[in-house]
Amino acid sequence: MATIAAPASRPALPGPLRNRAAAKLLVLAVVAAVAVPLLHSRWGSGAWPHALTVDLSKPLTGASNWVIDNRDSHPLFLYFFGYISNAVVLSVRGVYLTLLAAGWMGVTAFTALVAWRVAGVRLAAGTAVAFLACGALGMWVPTMQTLALMVVAVLVSVAVGALLGLAAGLSDRLDRALRPVLDTMQVLPAFAYLLPVVLVFGIGVPAAVLATVVYAAPPMARLTALGLRGADPEVLEAVESLGATAPQRLLTARIPLARKELLLGLNQTIMMALSMAVIASVIGAGGLGDRVYQALASVDVGAALAAGIPIVLLAVVLDRVTAAAGDGTTRSRTIGLPYALAVTVAVAVGGRLLGRLDWPSSWTLAIAEPVNRAVDWMTAHLYSGVPVVGGTADWAGHFTTWILDPVRAGLQWLPWWAVLLLVAAAAWLIGTWRTALTAVLAMAAIGVLGVWQPSLDTLSQVLAAVAVTLVLGFATGIAAARSDRVERVLRPVLDVFQTMPQFVYLIPVVALFGVGRAPAVAAAVVYALPAVVRITTQGLRQVDAAALESARSLGATGRQQLWQVQLPLARRSLLLALNQGVVLVLAVVIIGGLVGGGALGYDVAFGLAQGDLATGLVAGAAIVCLGLMLDRVTQPTGRRPTKGA
Amino acid sequence: MRFRTTLTVTAGTSALALLTGCGAADMTKQASPFANARGAKSVTLSVQSWVGAQSNVAVAQYLLEHKLGYRVDTVQVDEVPAWDALSQGRVDAILEDWGHPDQEKRYVTDKRTITRGGDLGVTGHIGWFVPTYLVKQHPDITDWKNLDKYASLFRTAESGGKGQLMDGSPSYVTNDKALVKNLKLDYQVVFAGSEAAQITQMKQFAKEKKPFLTYWYSPQWLFRKVPMTEVKLPPYKEGCDADAAKVACAYPHTPLQKYLNAGFAKSGGSAAAFLKKFKWTTEDQNEVSLMIADQKLSPQEAARKWVDGHPSVWKRWLS
Repeated sequence: MATIAAPASRPALPGPLRNRAAAKLLVLAVVAAVAVPLLHSRWGSGAWPHALTVDLSKPLTGASNWVIDNRDSHPLFLYFFGYISNAVVLSVRGVYLTLLAAGWMGVTAFTALVAWRVAGVRLAAGTAVAFLACGALGMWVPTMQTLALMVVAVLVSVAVGALLGLAAGLSDRLDRALRPVLDTMQVLPAFAYLLPVVLVFGIGVPAAVLATVVYAAPPMARLTALGLRGADPEVLEAVESLGATAPQRLLTARIPLARKELLLGLNQTIMMALSMAVIASVIGAGGLGDRVYQALASVDVGAALAAGIPIVLLAVVLDRVTAAAGDGTTRSRTIGLPYALAVTVAVAVGGRLLGRLDWPSSWTLAIAEPVNRAVDWMTAHLYSGVPVVGGTADWAGHFTTWILDPVRAGLQWLPWWAVLLLVAAAAWLIGTWRTALTAVLAMAAIGVLGVWQPSLDTLSQVLAAVAVTLVLGFATGIAAARSDRVERVLRPVLDVFQTMPQFVYLIPVVALFGVGRAPAVAAAVVYALPAVVRITTQGLRQVDAAALESARSLGATGRQQLWQVQLPLARRSLLLALNQGVVLVLAVVIIGGLVGGGALGYDVAFGLAQGDLATGLVAGAAIVCLGLMLDRVTQPTGRRPTKGA
Repeated sequence: MRFRTTLTVTAGTSALALLTGCGAADMTKQASPFANARGAKSVTLSVQSWVGAQSNVAVAQYLLEHKLGYRVDTVQVDEVPAWDALSQGRVDAILEDWGHPDQEKRYVTDKRTITRGGDLGVTGHIGWFVPTYLVKQHPDITDWKNLDKYASLFRTAESGGKGQLMDGSPSYVTNDKALVKNLKLDYQVVFAGSEAAQITQMKQFAKEKKPFLTYWYSPQWLFRKVPMTEVKLPPYKEGCDADAAKVACAYPHTPLQKYLNAGFAKSGGSAAAFLKKFKWTTEDQNEVSLMIADQKLSPQEAARKWVDGHPSVWKRWLS
């Protein structure tokens, strides 16, 4: 973000700053006093005026028809997109066939040896167990399909991200130009660009890989640039004084010095690509995501979970191994790469000779049935008629009637210019006039697209979900920050919540809360909670120990320490948690559309399902605008986290 | 990681080399990268999100794999994108289509990239349904003219004071919004958003014997678990649903169709011949569907059971 750092309101607001906030509000009030009567007389109040909308359905339908009619004849497709598509198909196929040829023994041995080399014995054992578990769940072939897709998508994302990052790291001008692009890419919900990609590339692997690259490349680019810029100037000077040329300096000093950031970028890219591998199942990517999606058709949570667990395992293993590689602490050089390769080949050949390439079908665990029984029990006993507290269906009904309905009614009752003013005020108070301008323009764009009402409906759901997430997330985060044991217990739970494909929640939330907006909110809370808890815990733990110690020596109680020292000092982290909560909740809007949330999520799902670019793309664009607006409104200046922290 | 990297790079470069030799890269002829692995002959079938479609595919897959020696890949795709995928050869066949005149005109008549595969043998019908236990209490509820009288029974938190008519997945054919408006009913259409959500909600309602009114269709396995009765709408006449905004009549009865990719239909050998002959009854399909959705057998297992029990039916498809 190219913004000027402006201090925003603090808990203990010193005089000049408070005046600053008041001044901003005063300016807005003056603008409003002049503009509102004009706007009101010209276009009226209430919902967004029809005169200010642009109907895009004709041109979009036209574009979509043009693509379909010309896809097999126009040179643009024959000589450009066609090559890209073929290259993706062939690379994924190459990796997939290699994995199949190595057999389950070969793949397990190879991954375990690599994990041993970069991350030590414990992670190697964990990796082996994880891969064996994928086989034991009967998911070996889908796991290999997902892995093949991931390998290609991650390699392309890393290549693209590193190139962009290199450009941004070496040139200030490119850096400035790229920043807003990367910013936007990061707040885009993944579903928004599935539809155009599918239109050009058709259903299947090429579209899935490209959509994944768009989603996963930004953290790599950002961290590469950060690493290159952060190189120690003294070292660079020393290298320069030795007479190194610019390319030599880059290769021998700057890139090695940025190793840590590069590996963190790789880690983030892998995690995001993996989360996309599941969303991409909606456009026919195959693999594990497809199994999850197919299991849902027969309302089979157990089978969906059996396909979801390998995704979680892959994510946890890849995260830990790449994170350990980035740490550089456990690099004990346990095993040489040639040796590892030799062992892999030996194991693979051994497996082939034994005729054990495929995972033996008798070695599978049937977890689906007990899981389904547990879900049935839960829904049978919790849905309604629980004494005193009432069933989950009653809560959902109350939540809808008492919270969601009033918030939505309130937002839709507000005149359109009042909504814009509120957005401007919120964004300006926390950021700069530039962030405020972006937020207002994003909100106005929603009106221009003609989806004002459904967008406010979605916004009301997002606000409710964020509020619930923050209450639960801060409470859990505080508990985890104050007790190591709680944090240890929580860590695997958060891992699972964060990496479990969102589709798996679909049936349990409906079974507990019925169809409607309440289950949509529940799904969003489950998805956004881990990030909020993590950031809160981290923020509270990083609070200066000295400050805490002095508070303790003054005889502050635990509660006083928390409220008067820890929380104020961790304010930045808490704001970041808010921001991430908003962005992540918005990412699940589409899932909300699949459980009766309606509004924009349903429209995007409708567009994808019916190949209706006009409905789907406009709703997708509105989600993007909502995302930009909410990001700016909740963005303390100067922060730069990566999505899905 | 480096090992795999080298492999991918080699695969990528050889792919590019191969392609530049061929000139134009035809996007209409691309199979899935997972097809034909290890040199097996393979067929890719599209599966839609409802269980009936899963049953067709499961039985076809079982017979293709065990009697004809093919390897079968399945891809979950919604209906309209499935047509697109079929035309591009990403999938070889759709086994159950509920009628998409626009797509048919575009791909079968104009572009000729898709050919008809004949009847599936099952007739589909969409309608509005209420649970049979509710009909026992209010026998006259099965006529649309009486629906307004009972609107308060169907009220939920989502229906805004009106009765709730629950619709399902965004991919399904529906005129319900227009119907409610044109028949001037005191109802609100609430979209469950996916069939999974809709079924889950219907089962919850049925467990508590609560009233509900829903968009539903037959053949469907859920009828055996939750008996439902259709609500009579103004009768269907040819063309009464031509203008989507003015529809005020019931849904038609549709003989479900199969479609094949044109290239596959011509050169698909015994697999294509088999898929063209594949034809069974509503009862057969329901039998498999119930095993998958209710007894939670895996589709392969359900297919194996059905195949073992009905040799006379599928032997015809292979001859």
